[in-house]
Amino acid sequence: MSLRTILAGTTGLSLVALASTPAFAVTELQWWHAMSGANNEVVDTLAKEFNDSQADYRIVPVFKGTYPETLNAGIAAFRAKQPPAIMQVFDVGTGVMMAAEGAMKPVAEVLEEGGYAFDKSQYLPGIVAYYSKPDGTMLSFPYNSSSPILFFNKDIFEKAGLDVANPPKTWSEVFEAARTIKSSGAAACGYTSTWLTWIHLENFAAWNNVSYGSNENGLAGPNVELALDAPIYVEHFQAIADLAKDGTFRYGGRTSEAKQLFLSGECGILTESSGGLGDIVKAGMNYGIGQLPFVEGEGRPQNTIPGGASLWVFGGLDDAQYKGVAEFFNFLSQTEIQVRLHQQSGYLPVTLAAYEATKASGFYEQNPGRETPITQMMGKAPTENSRGVRLANLPQVRDIANEEFEAMLAGSQDAETALKKLVERGNAAIREAVGSQ
Amino acid sequence: MSRVVFPARVLPYLLLSPQIAITAVFFYWPASQALWQSVLREDPFGLKTTFVGLANFRSVLADPNYLQSARVTVVFSVATALLAMAAALWLASAAERVVRGRGLYRTLLIWPYAVAPAVAGMLWLFMFNPAMGTFAYMLRRAGYNWDPLLDPGQAMTMVVVAAAWKQISYNFLFFVAAMQSIPRSLIEAAAIDGAGSTKRFWTIVLPLIAPTTFFLLVVNTVYAFFDTFGIIHAVTGGGPARATETLVYKVYNDGFVHLSLGSSAAQSVILMAIVILLTAIQFRFVERRVHYG
Repeated sequence: MSLRTILAGTTGLSLVALASTPAFAVTELQWWHAMSGANNEVVDTLAKEFNDSQADYRIVPVFKGTYPETLNAGIAAFRAKQPPAIMQVFDVGTGVMMAAEGAMKPVAEVLEEGGYAFDKSQYLPGIVAYYSKPDGTMLSFPYNSSSPILFFNKDIFEKAGLDVANPPKTWSEVFEAARTIKSSGAAACGYTSTWLTWIHLENFAAWNNVSYGSNENGLAGPNVELALDAPIYVEHFQAIADLAKDGTFRYGGRTSEAKQLFLSGECGILTESSGGLGDIVKAGMNYGIGQLPFVEGEGRPQNTIPGGASLWVFGGLDDAQYKGVAEFFNFLSQTEIQVRLHQQSGYLPVTLAAYEATKASGFYEQNPGRETPITQMMGKAPTENSRGVRLANLPQVRDIANEEFEAMLAGSQDAETALKKLVERGNAAIREAVGSQ
Repeated sequence: MSRVVFPARVLPYLLLSPQIAITAVFFYWPASQALWQSVLREDPFGLKTTFVGLANFRSVLADPNYLQSARVTVVFSVATALLAMAAALWLASAAERVVRGRGLYRTLLIWPYAVAPAVAGMLWLFMFNPAMGTFAYMLRRAGYNWDPLLDPGQAMTMVVVAAAWKQISYNFLFFVAAMQSIPRSLIEAAAIDGAGSTKRFWTIVLPLIAPTTFFLLVVNTVYAFFDTFGIIHAVTGGGPARATETLVYKVYNDGFVHLSLGSSAAQSVILMAIVILLTAIQFRFVERRVHYG
């Protein structure tokens, strides 16, 4: 291992400057990521396999902390004119990245210049659409994608006299089942959910085919007026607020904290990312999987939008580096790599070939429920409401939503007030963010 | 104290230079950067920068969330300082009365000061987090609706207690030292005159340690203002609904989470002004009246 590689881990920022001077025949490519624990091992394995497979390029993965920390590190490195080659950015950071035109190089271009015909039809449409510009150019490479699904505790369902073979499909059925669980004493709480914003706003809009905001939820342009105070949202959140009053619904926190309430047997039903499967399997509980609930209505459910993260390529690198990145992305989209990633980690496969191969291998028959997140996203061609949500400051709008939800669940305001305030404050924040660009 | 004069002209500057270098790198440079950022409006990547004068300050000061955050900071600081000082004073006067093993008690009471703020935060989080905390389960089983994730009052209580707990040791140390410096003869004379221990505490001990108390008040306020980020970050993350978002936490949130750099810089400049003011108060009114040792 060269001194450069060793130092790269500790002082990544100052060293990338050296990377442009070709002191070695091997072109080094830094990959900043936010994957910890088991997922970090996957990243390291992938980098090692790629490095062993050829002699011209070296991928150097560097763990940069949580998703927001990684994004901030990348931004700081760009401002210091020493960016890495590849950076992993979480879904809600997509808008931030897209607004920074010129700082990034579209992945489609990188692949084409690297000599790989970029064929969009090989990739899962829902995922590609989310990471593409309105004109269809794919901007970033989907690395880990997930979609929200419903988990239920079979033991609690049986105790409450609910049908284990038929998990609730609509939101009103979920709320009814939650009340049954609570009133029968099968568990202290009926229903809880991680990520209220991602699941109950962004995916809720797509899945029920209702608008999140103007300008095709921001995909057609940055000036967005939020539509989150429409009656369908008010009714949905009022139902949750009512359930929260007697503890039938329990709030866990803004991100994935609520999973703990499900794992401990405190709550009987959970809506969570499909990526949360690992922990639930590890806990050894008797669980079942259902698709994300929807609101009864014509043509519903529509399709869900992906969460997770994608890989972005910085602008201003030299040709050899872009060639290397193209090689690496081509390596990542190989069917056997994608099949392994999908089956081991619970992330969605990125290419159709990997999905077909997993299907053919009988994996979904042996692991019922594992196909649900894919069929949810792929089932229908996306509409203008369901291609995703893109705001220049989605993290901030999510925080505003979380604040209003917390005040609502604490009983200090009703759902209508909470959503009205969310729209008002969110619109102001969006105007501010768009104005500063 | 006699004045020591160095004969050389260069040596004193040489001796000072490490300290000046550190101050320049870790204070003057970032502070000037913050001042410059605070008059700019910029996208996160720094692709487009506009000079906006004092517009960032105007929007910060007109933002109801900023004023709310200022209120939160005042409530949090006053509560933390009072709790940390009252508990430390009580412990110090109790430790004074212990005859055997006084040193052991003191050492044990000073220990928590060595715990890092983030660790202290995690400690309290593990005990009282509604999803996994042991005490949270006990409280709920006892019929108390403990939910600091949603209840602003409970969340505030939790961070105040955690922050105060961390500071008690420091205050304890100063109170013990102050009490030891009170001449025994005064207390004995009062005792002979028939004053009980409570009476002695209120009429003799408390007035005589007043300078220390005032000093600690300033130090504790500064601590609650600026050194509690780690605790708040670990315990509540500023929530629920901004109920525990102090001014310092808001700088972090707006700058590093929401990437609104101009506003965040303007807020840190305002904070800098507050620190300068508090330090001036401390030097002007406190340093002169406190006698160490």
